[in-house]
Amino acid sequence: MEAFRSFSRPGEPPSIGEYLGKERIVGTPALRKEGVAKVRGSARYIDDISFPGMIFGATVRSSIARGRIQKIEFGEGVIWDEFIVVSAKDIPGENAIALINKDWPCLAADRVNHPEEPILLLAHPDRHLLPKAVAAVRIEYEVLPSVHSMEESERGDVIVWGADNVFKKFLIDNGNVDAAWDQADFIVEGEYTTGAQEHLYIDNNGAIAAYTPDEGLTIWGSMQCPFYAHKSLVCLTGLPEDKVRIIQVETGGAFGGKEDYPSMIGAHAALLAMKSGRPVKIMYDRMEDMVATTKRHPSRTRIRTAVTKEGKLLAADIDFTTDGGAYSTLSATVLSRGTIHAGGAYYWPNIRVRSKALATNCPPHGAFRGFGAPQSLFAMERHMDRVASAIGMSPEELRRRNFLRPGLATATGQKISEDVNLEHLLARALTISGYSAKRERFSRENIRAKKKKGIGIAAFLHGSGFTGSGERYLNSVAGMDATAEGKLRVLVSSTEFGQGTNTILCQIAAESLGIDYDAVEMAPPDTGIVPNSGPTVASRTSMIVGKLVHSAAIGLRQTLQASGLLGESWTTPEFCEAAKTHVAKYGALRSDSRYEPPVDVHWDDQTYRGEAYAAYAWAVYVAEVTVDMLTYGVTVDDFVAVQEVGRVLNPTLATGQIEGGVAQGIGYALYEKVQWERGRMANGQMTNYIIPTSQDIPPIRVFFEEMPFGHGAYGAKGIGELPMDGPAPAILNAVSHATDTDFNAIPLLAEDICLRLALRQTVPVEAVAV
Amino acid sequence: MSRQCFSLHVNGECRMVEAYPMERLLDVLRDGLGLTGTKEGCGEGECGACSVLIDGELVNSCLVPVAQVNGTEIVTIEGVAAGQHLHPAQQAFLTCGGAQCGMCTPGMIMATVYLLKKYPQPTSDQIREGLNGNLCRCTGYMRIFEAVEKAAVQGQGE
Repeated sequence: MEAFRSFSRPGEPPSIGEYLGKERIVGTPALRKEGVAKVRGSARYIDDISFPGMIFGATVRSSIARGRIQKIEFGEGVIWDEFIVVSAKDIPGENAIALINKDWPCLAADRVNHPEEPILLLAHPDRHLLPKAVAAVRIEYEVLPSVHSMEESERGDVIVWGADNVFKKFLIDNGNVDAAWDQADFIVEGEYTTGAQEHLYIDNNGAIAAYTPDEGLTIWGSMQCPFYAHKSLVCLTGLPEDKVRIIQVETGGAFGGKEDYPSMIGAHAALLAMKSGRPVKIMYDRMEDMVATTKRHPSRTRIRTAVTKEGKLLAADIDFTTDGGAYSTLSATVLSRGTIHAGGAYYWPNIRVRSKALATNCPPHGAFRGFGAPQSLFAMERHMDRVASAIGMSPEELRRRNFLRPGLATATGQKISEDVNLEHLLARALTISGYSAKRERFSRENIRAKKKKGIGIAAFLHGSGFTGSGERYLNSVAGMDATAEGKLRVLVSSTEFGQGTNTILCQIAAESLGIDYDAVEMAPPDTGIVPNSGPTVASRTSMIVGKLVHSAAIGLRQTLQASGLLGESWTTPEFCEAAKTHVAKYGALRSDSRYEPPVDVHWDDQTYRGEAYAAYAWAVYVAEVTVDMLTYGVTVDDFVAVQEVGRVLNPTLATGQIEGGVAQGIGYALYEKVQWERGRMANGQMTNYIIPTSQDIPPIRVFFEEMPFGHGAYGAKGIGELPMDGPAPAILNAVSHATDTDFNAIPLLAEDICLRLALRQTVPVEAVAV
Repeated sequence: MSRQCFSLHVNGECRMVEAYPMERLLDVLRDGLGLTGTKEGCGEGECGACSVLIDGELVNSCLVPVAQVNGTEIVTIEGVAAGQHLHPAQQAFLTCGGAQCGMCTPGMIMATVYLLKKYPQPTSDQIREGLNGNLCRCTGYMRIFEAVEKAAVQGQGE
């Protein structure tokens, strides 16, 4: 196997002029690769798959938030001999789901740290018998004091993790913040909070495991990151790496919710399969998925800013705190992204960001589209409106005067080298939405109106790919090969879960090979077949993995040409025939490409300074709302999303990503409230955890500025997470405009507005009905 | 209660299946008949992923016991296409980007088929109302609305 280096060598990015307008496939609305199977209902998701002799698993979970397990009894009315029972004692290797740390147990051995923590596993051939058996297991605990808010956690009266309840802290300190207060005409302070959010992919979590001593362990699952599960299962089972195989099956939505938890479910299925000697399926129902698996980190951000009367931002002092739940899982990296994005899309001559992720006794919070950035950007974008109001300037003008521009530096000292033009994005968004006239008219008409209208904006950025040194550590590899039939295949562990991985990577491959889109397919996302192209997270697939596929494809083409089987020009059938001949003659045709960081990207993990991301996506969103003063319900009437994401690889998919993200953002802002009862989600059903329906969504009008980025595939940057960042602050700014009242917390439900406006009080968390 | 034999007319075929009388039609379709295109999203009639047509009516199959459908005509997503030829709604979902993760798609297409039968040229409000029992978490519904409009236009020529 010959390895080829990245096509775009550091220091010599391909000229953009070579890209634009010449492609036949990239930039077109190529049809979704697995689309026909999806519209026919023949796509096979985890619950659609079964194997001969397969039995079913279920999980016995903690009913308390924190305590010591004293006694486990198997109650009457269940024929226990028919059940396979697994406890922590059955774990052959380490009792941990290995992520960044190894503090997250696969099964609680002697103590529990959150409600719904897995303690025992049961399996039986008849899945209808499992719920009764789970209920018949009686567990006695010595209950220990538990912590259920960030405030309790930081107070430290009860320590539930480490020495101080702190998973991670970061400090960014740029310039001299403390010297700036004296120079300020205005000092504006605020506190902003965001709630937990459930991913609510329609396809619940599930996994199937099969094990034989000869073949080892195979896991099929609904997941984002097969190699995360691989690492975790190797650690858990003690099996050699080549005896653990992870296969992603069709995955019906993920949004970050299938980044870490599938390693847990896969581990559970694996333990049952190893003990029973039979294939085991564990399929969560909706409530189990909602109450037991991860959610978006709740957050609290305090911002203090110094500003001149001309609207120049002088300094920001930001304290960003997240609730990580009971184990550290991904909290450190979520915090990192949130910390870096906390300054927003603005230039701060002086900025300090102090952040921390705290332990509480609820299930661990995890990855969710945006990964910390929606939280800190919500705070900054609400704060900007409040600063504007304090100094008597319009929100758009204050932003315009402080936007990051090429040559200016971010909070981490990263000098913007992209040709970004936020002023232009802003101007376009304001024009399309009719912002200025509406803002003026609404303000005028609202005084007497029973239905008050508001319009608000958010300007923001989102870093593409892993933060800081992340991509260097990942050291990803993507490949291409040809089958014996002459089909060209993309080899990546990057997974499809609706966002379009299969389609865009095949577009990139076909374009790079100079053949038809239909002649390229994806190899199965199976760790036994594909190289590790990294996890499918962090808006990295288009930009980072796409570039690797591009390089691998060019390597494969060059190999064919060097072998004399392919000339200087070719048709698709000629190319496939040459590939087929090559495989027949030499046994294989494969090309791999390994990530090489751009030379101009440096990051210091110690000081938290440098190029935090190789590229950013930029956007300005405008939301128009109506607040009904009778019901206090908010409707979003219009939504304009203008963004710059580099080259748009597939306009249909890209537009769909933005629209879907905006809809999730509307839910995050106005509907989706996790009701906590001592660390347990009390509303773990679609009946009482409300996401937007087809009747709740306004026209979402999506516009792209295309400025190809030199280091991404055909000029692409990241796109998937960006649209999660802007809607909530734009909507809250609009509601605040409509009501002439500051709302600084999401979710903002009708009852919150009612209590605030009708009763003029802030909403106690406990007072709100489900 | 023991299992009984039921005779179901599914997608134009008569199928015999053994099931508990109170077993959910959803499970009978998926486990008993291998028709896994009908999906479970919530199991409580909120999300519509399990939508099927029973005697022409759009129904959440997770809320229907099999004993209730003896002798009815059931259509699932597997019965929507004419062989290799996709139904206009399926074709429109494919070309407009109405399917992302695909998990709500079968139910969404069943709701679309039902809607277009009721309103061959639906207004925007009729589309929004007609699909409000089918939740989608990926698309933000815009591509779905476009697909329904396109299917309506294409359906005229059928």
